[in-house]
Amino acid sequence: MAVAGLDLSVAAGECFGLLGPNGAGKTTTIEILEGLTPPDSGEVEILGTPWREGAEGRALRERLGIQLQETQLADKLQVGEVLGLFRSFYRRSHTVDEVLALVELEEKRKARVVTLSGGQKQRLAVACALVGDPDLLFLDEPTTGLDPQSRRQLWDIIDRFRSEGGTTVLTTHYMDEAERLCDRVAIVDHGRVISLGTPRELIASLGAGHVIEFGVDGSREIDEAALRALAGVKSAHRAGGSWTLQVRAAHETIPVLLQTLETHGMPLTELRTHSPTLEDVFVTLTGRSLRDDA
Amino acid sequence: MTPDRSTRVKNTTDNTPAIVELTLSRFREFYREPEAVFWVFIFPILLAGGLGIAFRNRPAEASHIAVARSAANSPVVDSLKHASGIVVDVLDDTAAAAALRTGKVALVVVPRANGSVEYRFDEARPESRTARMVVDRAVQRAGGQQDPVPVADTKVSERGSRYIDFVVPGLLGMNLMGSGIWGIGFAIVDARKKKLLKRLIATPMSRAEYLASFLFFRLSLLVIEVATLIGFGTLVFGVPLRGSLTQLVIICVLSSLAFGGIGLLIAARPRTIEGASGLMNLVMLPMWVFSGVFFSSGNFPKAAQPFIQALPLTAVNDALRANMLQGASWGTVGGELAIILTWLVVCFTLALRLFRWR
Repeated sequence: MAVAGLDLSVAAGECFGLLGPNGAGKTTTIEILEGLTPPDSGEVEILGTPWREGAEGRALRERLGIQLQETQLADKLQVGEVLGLFRSFYRRSHTVDEVLALVELEEKRKARVVTLSGGQKQRLAVACALVGDPDLLFLDEPTTGLDPQSRRQLWDIIDRFRSEGGTTVLTTHYMDEAERLCDRVAIVDHGRVISLGTPRELIASLGAGHVIEFGVDGSREIDEAALRALAGVKSAHRAGGSWTLQVRAAHETIPVLLQTLETHGMPLTELRTHSPTLEDVFVTLTGRSLRDDA
Repeated sequence: MTPDRSTRVKNTTDNTPAIVELTLSRFREFYREPEAVFWVFIFPILLAGGLGIAFRNRPAEASHIAVARSAANSPVVDSLKHASGIVVDVLDDTAAAAALRTGKVALVVVPRANGSVEYRFDEARPESRTARMVVDRAVQRAGGQQDPVPVADTKVSERGSRYIDFVVPGLLGMNLMGSGIWGIGFAIVDARKKKLLKRLIATPMSRAEYLASFLFFRLSLLVIEVATLIGFGTLVFGVPLRGSLTQLVIICVLSSLAFGGIGLLIAARPRTIEGASGLMNLVMLPMWVFSGVFFSSGNFPKAAQPFIQALPLTAVNDALRANMLQGASWGTVGGELAIILTWLVVCFTLALRLFRWR
């Protein structure tokens, strides 16, 4: 069983994110919501109606826009032709020109799908989801594998959809993406929701003002209990050769940390501090990093 | 939903019907694939042309025979050299035996000292038996034999009974089968493999319209396929078209739909091109062999006939030949049409039931 005991509700106009490492059950969850995978047990209601076969299901699909993780569109068709095809399935829709403008692919209208870059293909996939002018948009890892510029372009598309009142459910394993886009986030691991809230709430739940990452040279072990005992330290985790400390305030902990290391004769190789992120929430909850499992 | 969203006016007009867009996509994907165009349109014509030339009706061939050098001056040899339809080589005994063994000559003639003539040949070879008759006739005539009954030869070559006349309807049937099974099967399995099927059923698209688009596409291509192959056969080789055109069209349409149904059934479940490809070969190979494309299916043993006659391609080929070559009535092709229709209905029903969209 890929997913168990998920209990979620998404409000209209909200952008909701399922955040978790690969294999956490995000795709299974979103495909159950999309009515593509029947759940073994439990109930799903989309826009106030459960999934049914036949006319009711079709009526519901008129209001949904869906982008799947692995779909390859027909290579030999032109961008405009693909959108014209998807458009023809909907009773009410954007015109091809409108949706091309939404995803900024106007100049690629006559280009064959096979000639598009990864980012352009992904924008076309999202355009196919948007062409039916949906009320609810499902995006499964929309920016995985894309370069930073393409990711920002996709984020802008999602922002525009939201600003017009659309509801979005997306999955991602990028914590920065979830923080940037989502009103609320469910952190998923091993098929279960392990935490749910706004990104701000989740980060605040750590009770940490800063995160300190450091590495030391040499083979000598540092005692985890000793680190935890330092002033202001909330938690300490080890990942590979470096340590992560969640602390109340960096200026409070760093001097005593440096002093401790010096007393033990362990030279510091790196030292970074940053504000806590959803990544730190995930590490705290699971003891693993989001991308270790990738 | 926020109220301003659900009440917003969306475009409701100027949208092409889905079935038209789906069928157009089939065409675009087809004609942008040059290999597919070659196999569907050009290859059958090349094949028909090649076979037509290889099996064209030639004038009766002369019999090549050898005469032993020891008897080169015998009057028998002289008479053979002047007889029509015989080409004579004068060879040593050993060379003559070798030529007979390797098939360079069909018969070796050895005149004896006592005036009799010995023929050496392999009775199992048809050209040797022919040579034996032709040579013996020339020898006996030279010896003074008269024909007791006068005869007159009228040579005919009837359109409709030549090999090319036999093979063009067979190629047409084979083409209908190939493009129906490959054309539909590969496209669907490819779409499943690329998760495109799954993406499509995530839209309000009608599944029936999606499958129907393949049939509309097949039927439109059919017009071009049939017209090219029959046009080529008729114009270049004078293959007859004796039956009613309506009947020919109905045979072709039903055949194309039946093979399309078989293609759909084969493609109903496989997730990989390799898996589908194996199934297609498994289905088509027996029909290539048994269904009378290049030679009559009547050559196979009687016990196998019920199986062979039930194959869809056998029915299609028989119906096409009956129409084109014999100008058959509806009653004559009724049995074949019933077999084709059964395949169509059974395969479609099964395909729709088994079809895997994910």
